[in-house]
Amino acid sequence: MTNRILTSSFCLLWICLWGSSIAQAQSIQATIRRVQQRTVKVFGAGGIRRLHAYSTGFVVSRQGHVATIWSHVLDTEELTVVLADGRKVRAKVLGAEPQLDLAVLELLEKDLELPAWDLEAEVTDAGPGTRVLGFSNMFRVATGDEMVSVLHGVVAAKAPLTTRRGAFESSYEGTAFIVDAVTNNPGAGGGVLTTRAGRLLGMIGKELRNAESNTWVNYAVPISELKQPIRQIIAGKYRARQRDPDETNVVARFRPLEFGIVLVPDVLFRTPAFIDAVQRGSAAARAGLQPDDLILFINGDLVQSCRVFKQSLGRIDSGGVLKLTVRRGDKLLPVELPVPDKPDEPDTPDKPEKPATAGDTK
Amino acid sequence: MSRTGRMLGRRNWQQGGRGDLRLFERDGLLCSRTWLVVVIALALLPRISFAVDPAVLAAEAKRVGVASRLATSVVAIFSRGGRGGGSGVLISPDGYALTNFHVTRGAGTFMKCGLSDGQLYDAVIVGIDPTGDVALIKLLGRDDFPHATLGDSDALKVGDWTFAMGNPFLLATDFQPTVTYGIVSGLHRYQYPAGTILEYTDCIQIDTSINPGNSGGPLFSAGGKLMGINGRGSFEKRGRVNSGAGYAISINQIKLFMDHLRSGRVVDHATLGATVTTREDGAVVVDGILDESEAYRRGLREGDEIISFAGRSIRSVNQFKNILGIYPKGWKLRLVFRREQVRTETLLRLRALHRASELSGSPKPKPKPGGKPKPKPGGKKKPPARKRPPVAKPPEKYKHLYVKKQGFANYYFNQQEQKRVLSGMSRLGDFSGARGAWVLAGKTEAGDAYQLTVADVGVGLSWKQKAYYQELDKASEPLDEPKGSGGLLYAMHMWRSFLAKREKGFGEFFYLGSEPLDGVGARVDVMISELGNVRCRWYFDRKGGRLLGFDSQRVEETDECEVRFSGDIDSGGRHWPKTIRVSSAGVLLASFGVETVTLKAGAAR
Repeated sequence: MTNRILTSSFCLLWICLWGSSIAQAQSIQATIRRVQQRTVKVFGAGGIRRLHAYSTGFVVSRQGHVATIWSHVLDTEELTVVLADGRKVRAKVLGAEPQLDLAVLELLEKDLELPAWDLEAEVTDAGPGTRVLGFSNMFRVATGDEMVSVLHGVVAAKAPLTTRRGAFESSYEGTAFIVDAVTNNPGAGGGVLTTRAGRLLGMIGKELRNAESNTWVNYAVPISELKQPIRQIIAGKYRARQRDPDETNVVARFRPLEFGIVLVPDVLFRTPAFIDAVQRGSAAARAGLQPDDLILFINGDLVQSCRVFKQSLGRIDSGGVLKLTVRRGDKLLPVELPVPDKPDEPDTPDKPEKPATAGDTK
Repeated sequence: MSRTGRMLGRRNWQQGGRGDLRLFERDGLLCSRTWLVVVIALALLPRISFAVDPAVLAAEAKRVGVASRLATSVVAIFSRGGRGGGSGVLISPDGYALTNFHVTRGAGTFMKCGLSDGQLYDAVIVGIDPTGDVALIKLLGRDDFPHATLGDSDALKVGDWTFAMGNPFLLATDFQPTVTYGIVSGLHRYQYPAGTILEYTDCIQIDTSINPGNSGGPLFSAGGKLMGINGRGSFEKRGRVNSGAGYAISINQIKLFMDHLRSGRVVDHATLGATVTTREDGAVVVDGILDESEAYRRGLREGDEIISFAGRSIRSVNQFKNILGIYPKGWKLRLVFRREQVRTETLLRLRALHRASELSGSPKPKPKPGGKPKPKPGGKKKPPARKRPPVAKPPEKYKHLYVKKQGFANYYFNQQEQKRVLSGMSRLGDFSGARGAWVLAGKTEAGDAYQLTVADVGVGLSWKQKAYYQELDKASEPLDEPKGSGGLLYAMHMWRSFLAKREKGFGEFFYLGSEPLDGVGARVDVMISELGNVRCRWYFDRKGGRLLGFDSQRVEETDECEVRFSGDIDSGGRHWPKTIRVSSAGVLLASFGVETVTLKAGAAR
């Protein structure tokens, strides 16, 4: 008897669910489409080595203002924005707030009448456990008139962001949404995080590591932090806080002197990374480095200048080995220097365990 | 300890567990305690069910049910050497299973496959598609394998829930697949070849977690239909683990290739013989075309705007590549193009994308699956090139199921398909004795009388007060006679050879797969014959095995003579077509009505 009641009520439940799941599926697709139509792909500078030449943006005015992430991609005169319908439009940077990783672009075409976010009515806040969607131009997968990629996830925390020091890109230091989905991929910066109902939560940030654990952080900057500057930039009233990104952003973990390397004075825009002197008894001396050696590679990355070398050195991990390639005369010499552990640095966690078939997706 | 050994250990442990439970039930004292627990649990139950929305519980129950049902069709693939492996999915009760080409590539011709029942099965390679990264294998030893149902991947929407199943990191020593759940992130994505011929076109992008070892495993819809084969991911600085962008080859693409794969061949994708680019105004235009291509012969030129292809309108270069990429070489597709307001519509047979040697010859191009940004080892040294695993001996019981032949993954399966397709031919009667001249006579549909004579020394046609002749000694070239027919007379010679001698009349003879007849008709089985330079495609009805017609190509890169049969007349115990319809380059030559058939002894003129 009980069984029968249970069975029949279960059946009823099934029927209800079936209906509701269809209704839900339709609404989630409508939500995704609505958000995708307000998301754009940004193409600019980069494309060499690991610097991607693309990012994401979201439309914040019908006249054609796009909020996006402040990055090297915008460092060009040839900035192109691909709208959701595939139209390509030239754009220029109208203003930026590097401390918030925020830039606002102006599309250089009149009468666009784009679907745009209302930064008052359509913005909301969310706590841990909120189910969210992430929209972005990650990996530049969506080409031509294809819509941006969408990921699903959950807000894990809304907390102050402590990204890795020594990485000169981390400038945002406020509260951020931390999510469990891999939202922060190459090109994803400037994308949006929304609730499943399509309410705007935040702008997807850069690819950064957590200062505490050295793991990748998937985060978004809350729109509540951004909407004021966005409005002011559009109105032409915003004045960014002055600071030299090269000075303040680089918190170098290691300096050349710590290895006993003295570089030639950095006087040019791109001073070649020649060694001026090697300190006696230092790691550099033990590795056999000599004055007038030209440093060409650091851990496999090309060194174009003294500045690049200093920046690269600032980012290397504690412990392990520093691999340099230097040119002496017409010979290329590889050298290895031990990297000391820095007590003030968090422990470097074990590298993620290699999959059983590393280097192969079989 | 061997894998099986570990499994046995696991089973013993489980049985031990159940034994303990029985003891527990018999013990009176413990029993009363059990009751207490049950009562408390029941008292708590209402509160629990109030806490969780019943809709959530039911959705969970549904998900769990679907996942456990689907798990039975998922295959863990291991090379016989025991090194490396991947995943796959069964698609028929007799053991056919899909996986990635890059999974089978290193695994040899025979593999070991584990199912969720804990059993290991032998499997043999059937067909491979190196460009599309698909392989068809056959599990052996049962005719009642649990299998997945193919879905319609074009019905997927961005945001739909999906299951990915497989054996990531080769974790499952008991062959229970790992299940991940996520959404469709994008559709109709195009993934550039990553330094190899491997290319993912029109694929499904998912945030469902895909990791090394998932390759070749199934992507299911939330309803449990097979939507794709997982095979690639975008990896970059985070290492070779899921980074939120996985790619599955759509099942709709695989359906187009399925019979090609069953043919045991190394199958190829296609090109149009033309390249396209996007013009400033967004139009997709031809920016290069091969003079010898069929597209060129049908009038396509540089600068022409592509309007639609295979029934889909074209708005971007990627879209064009996406469409081209899902079709096998040799299929006929409809192309619509425009030049200065003149719209042209034509059917084109797709050309091979690769030379045969590129597909199967050298082992050099190692398909390294990776996302658009090529997976970089991040400053690490390149791992030493993996040695080829020692080739394990095929299992004695099954070694007859593999036949080696150039251009084939496993010729055994082609032989089986040949037998199947040709089995319907015997109903036409025995033509093997009909060695003399064949004389067919009647009228064309326009009312003109004709007489066609096909003999060993030559083929003659008298029609509309004209006589045409094709000599057939060894030195004679196949002619385009009558002019513009694509070589009807030589085609008739091919027809007679096929009916009288079957495969013995040709240098090469094999089963190709299936395609829609003339690009628009029902799917038909296709056999290929080759004799000298002359290549024929023979079309068979898929149900009754009836010969529907054939296309004969005298010389490569020329228009074929298209011969179509219909109707049936009985003459001397043999069945002949009532009408022979002949056309070339889309232009009808004539429809020959057959009224009398005379077989003459000996060679005749």
